Amino acid sequence: MKKNWPLWEVFVRSKNGLEHRHFGSLHAVDAEMALENARDVYTRRNEGVSIWVVESKHITASNPEHNGELFEPAQDKVYRHPTFYNLPDEIKHM
Amino acid sequence: MSEEQIKNLEEQFEARIVRDDKIEPKDWMPEKYRQTHIRQISQHAHSEIVGMLPEGNWITRAPSLRRKVALLAKVQDEGGHGLYLYSAAETLGISRDEMFEQLHSGKAKYSSIFNYPALTWADMGAIGWLVDGAAIINQVALCGTSYGPYARAMVRICKEESFHQRQGYEIMLKLSEGAQEQKDMAQDALNRFWWPSLMMFGPKDDESPHTAQSMKWKLKRKTNDDLRQQFIDQTVPQAELIGLTIPDPDLKWNEEKKGYDFGPIDWDEFWQVVKGHGPCNKERMKARVNAWEEGTWVRDAAMSYAEKQQKRKEKQAV
Ligand SMILES: [Fe+2]
Ligand SMILES: [Fe+2]
Repeated sequence: MKKNWPLWEVFVRSKNGLEHRHFGSLHAVDAEMALENARDVYTRRNEGVSIWVVESKHITASNPEHNGELFEPAQDKVYRHPTFYNLPDEIKHM
Repeated sequence: MSEEQIKNLEEQFEARIVRDDKIEPKDWMPEKYRQTHIRQISQHAHSEIVGMLPEGNWITRAPSLRRKVALLAKVQDEGGHGLYLYSAAETLGISRDEMFEQLHSGKAKYSSIFNYPALTWADMGAIGWLVDGAAIINQVALCGTSYGPYARAMVRICKEESFHQRQGYEIMLKLSEGAQEQKDMAQDALNRFWWPSLMMFGPKDDESPHTAQSMKWKLKRKTNDDLRQQFIDQTVPQAELIGLTIPDPDLKWNEEKKGYDFGPIDWDEFWQVVKGHGPCNKERMKARVNAWEEGTWVRDAAMSYAEKQQKRKEKQAV
């Protein structure tokens, strides 16, 4: 019986102080192997100090078709930005 | 979806590409865009993997430890490149297994250059210098391509490639400083790899039917002939510097176009190799199929072991 190795997403922190960033994906039988493979595939040149792996099927992604309702409402909320507010020019440090 | 709606989506899609918006896996895309990308990305991945074979063959015979670690690292990189690209192709909805199946059945192609044999140590020099050199030119042009996962894979790959070319050129340099036999060996490798390297850029523009579409999707930023010219112009002085002769009697600097004119490429040979009649097509495919088939039990065992471990963990948790 043939079963394909599941797909994993790999996140790497390139140095302390920075967040983990998505680097790519790979196939592995379990989390341990995914970590080992991620080390060989994505960090051959000191690209990282920490790796996260998560099986791709556990990621819930937003649907680009809903980008309108999800992200457009933020576009007309200019009052969330400092430039929206009119202050006298003499004001400093604000 | 009505035809009208699809046409609308297609127009929006093309407009996104024009304004350099990247296309991401879950975005709507025309079926032809998807299929073309699956084909190109998977063939690119296959080229990286099959490309490990001619060089892998020389690792145990590298003339020094320095050369050996470099070649080993390079071949490992090529494996990595294949993996980045297979994952990028998978985001378009094809499975890894399907891609292997297409490679093994001969349905999918890979770069023809890897169907030439690596006969001497100097070939490791020529391959790094010329084959990786040509690949870099192709790949740099792809870093700005429209499909996000492909472009990101290309950026990583390009960063890693430059040592490949330099280690190859260094091999040629050393040989050209050596005994007459070593010089001859370097020249012989250049003689054999020069023309196949020029063919790596693909058919001439007027015989390349997909160029227009590929340019539109930014799968190509420059035409085959432009990239080939760029390769020749940058490589000829590198050969001269180490006293090697490009095997082309028609090669001549053209002051007007600020580039070299060169002799005719044997496109019959190119198509023969593409169609499977190159010197090593059968050998390369056999090596890949064997590796896949003989590895089946390892893949299956690893999977069953993982499942067993998982079950054991679940039991303990109860
Ligand atoms: Fe590569
Ligand atoms: Fe390379």
